[in-house]
Amino acid sequence: MKKSVFLGAFAATSLVAGLAQAQSTLETVQTRGELNCGVSTGLAGFSAPDGNGVWQGFDVAVCRAVAAAVLEDPMAVNFVPTTGQTRFSALASGEVDVLARNTTWTFSRDVDLNFTFVGTNYYDGQGFMVTRDLGVGSALELDGATVCIQTGTTTELNLADYFRVNGMSYEPVPIETNAEAQQQYLAGACDVYTTDVSGLAATRASFASPSDHVILPEVISKEPLGPAVRHGDDQWADIVQWTLFALIAAEELGVTSANIDEMKAGTDNPEINRMLGSEGDLGAMFGLDSEWAVRAIAAGGNYGEIFSATIGEQTPIGLARGLNAQWTQGGLLYAPPFR
Amino acid sequence: MSTSDDLRIKTTAPKPAFRLSMLLYDQRYRSITIQVFFLFMLMLGAAWLIDNTVNNLRALGRDFSFAFLNAPAGYDINQRPIEYNSQMTHGRAALVGFLNTLILAVLACMLATVLGVIAGVLRLSNNWIVGRLMTVYIEVFRNIPTLLWILIFGAIMTEAMPAPSAFRGDDPAASMLFNDAVAVTNRGVYVPSIMFLRDLGDLRLGPVAPSLNWLLVFLVLIVGVYANKRLIEHATAVQNATGVRPKTWWKSILILLGPVVVIFIALGAYLEYPELRGFNFAGGTHLRNSLIAMWLGLGIYTGAFVAENVRAGILAISKGQTEAAFALGMQPGKTMRLVILPQALRVIIPPLISQYLNITKNTSLGLAVGYMDLRSTLGGITINQTGRELEGMLLMMLIYLAISLTISGAMNVYNSRVKLKER
Repeated sequence: MKKSVFLGAFAATSLVAGLAQAQSTLETVQTRGELNCGVSTGLAGFSAPDGNGVWQGFDVAVCRAVAAAVLEDPMAVNFVPTTGQTRFSALASGEVDVLARNTTWTFSRDVDLNFTFVGTNYYDGQGFMVTRDLGVGSALELDGATVCIQTGTTTELNLADYFRVNGMSYEPVPIETNAEAQQQYLAGACDVYTTDVSGLAATRASFASPSDHVILPEVISKEPLGPAVRHGDDQWADIVQWTLFALIAAEELGVTSANIDEMKAGTDNPEINRMLGSEGDLGAMFGLDSEWAVRAIAAGGNYGEIFSATIGEQTPIGLARGLNAQWTQGGLLYAPPFR
Repeated sequence: MSTSDDLRIKTTAPKPAFRLSMLLYDQRYRSITIQVFFLFMLMLGAAWLIDNTVNNLRALGRDFSFAFLNAPAGYDINQRPIEYNSQMTHGRAALVGFLNTLILAVLACMLATVLGVIAGVLRLSNNWIVGRLMTVYIEVFRNIPTLLWILIFGAIMTEAMPAPSAFRGDDPAASMLFNDAVAVTNRGVYVPSIMFLRDLGDLRLGPVAPSLNWLLVFLVLIVGVYANKRLIEHATAVQNATGVRPKTWWKSILILLGPVVVIFIALGAYLEYPELRGFNFAGGTHLRNSLIAMWLGLGIYTGAFVAENVRAGILAISKGQTEAAFALGMQPGKTMRLVILPQALRVIIPPLISQYLNITKNTSLGLAVGYMDLRSTLGGITINQTGRELEGMLLMMLIYLAISLTISGAMNVYNSRVKLKER
């Protein structure tokens, strides 16, 4: 009898749960009036609050562009700081709608964790930083070194592989956040700090004397960093993906935040016209209005503007475009056509 | 037929028909009704939770499987009580973490007990300064969260100690302690370790392979302890018969240490000193900052609670016991050791069990200083790399539950041995 009661209750609750139909992410975000965006707990240049508590940075700009496209307000973003350990649970559970937290696109994250990486907004690789007075010129001289790593990241696995393949030993010091790693590294509790080269540059920029630290020439992995969304809502994935492509294409086509107002009225380039909505109605295809791309680009400028304002060579982070230049400039950035 | 039936005298009381309302108003049934009702509600709640999980997993397109435990872990662990490298499985990594949890729990429990007993006894000292000092220790440590203590000890180790490079050069800024035996650095403490020239090999026991040398030493030690116990029993018997207790201390030392020393010499034991090589010290045993911070943080913090338990236990013993012992001419130290503490134990042990359980569970704070315990390996990196939160968390909860129940069971056995025997 107990068993049948249990089964009855089970069936009843299954029915109730089955009836509740899930809303699409776009509807949820528009009803809420705010985009929940997962970012890092603070990595200068990529995502960190400025002096006024407003989040700024390269990853933050992606969130703002999506919010501008979807909600017509680049500031309607609720930033959720996540650590390397909590970011995937935050995205999977629906706590955030987009994860823009310098997250590496890998097979298992894409397939097994059921996320969709919509593209790459920064092509990176893992590197090593040491103090200059250590006198080390190559990562191959690091046998026996104590290495600080952020736990729960791909760097942890790359590091293990690199040292094993090169027959070197090391002592890992697992650390939860970039801020703690910085403190341990500066205190000399580890000889080496390893993370993505962009992260190393950003971290070094925040040191009292950045010139005392060198980033070793070896880049031991491919780290394509990009925004991710949950599997299963392709409309939402498309929106985030094409917002990113719009930023990239805008740079290629010469659309900037300065000239966008005259460009949106119509130009003699049909691709620009289609992207900015003066020709055709691409926006309606994924449930937005025709000016979605105009707002996304106006929020922080095109990809190149965002890059140079947050992490470019004029900023303290001082990263060169390198692989992240347009394909026309010898880089890897390539947005599919807006047609 | 029917008339004869009616005329017959009824010998049994009429059995009242069962009515549904009796379930609520009849005392014989009410308790059962309530129990059945709450059991039903409980099952409904459980069914809802399980169903919710199943549905959500399905909605996310995820399955429930522990197969990830057999996949290669891919990450390294710094503190390895058993053989481990990044090519071994997640299950093996979890086992390493489990052993690290046990190592930390045992070390912290020992420290907490020693500190607690000393501080608890001294807080009752007649010496004003000693008593107040212990009060300060107890109140300061037990009123600040344990996580903060762990972080403070971690920060002291990393910020205040010299880096290994400070030991280098002709005129080093830092030097090793105890005749170049111990090096205290900001990466941990390096102490000499005992090595053997003649190795008997390892004992293959499934996942773990303890060294036969150490097993032999351990075995000899246990036999020694047993023999020593017999010796003391014999001494007591002689004392009971003749009134004179034979001197046993030198025999005890001989029985306990003699065979161990012989084994050590036979196996060619020597001390391996840590020495600076490359980036770090090599050789010896490396007590990492994370272990030291966790050990001191948990041990000293929980020691304050144990001290209060000990004090409560001592105060529970009537003053008459002390006075009687003094009247017999016993010194205060002996009175405490032979009269008060054995009786106080039965008050001390039950709360001590919960303190041991607290320490064991609090080892999961290890992540804060990067101590690679079960929480950091299985519950941290493995979950993160495989995305198996539900499976990992359930497994981890199960393991912590098993550890806690084992400790609690063992301590209960001990408690039943020291508690007041009522015959």
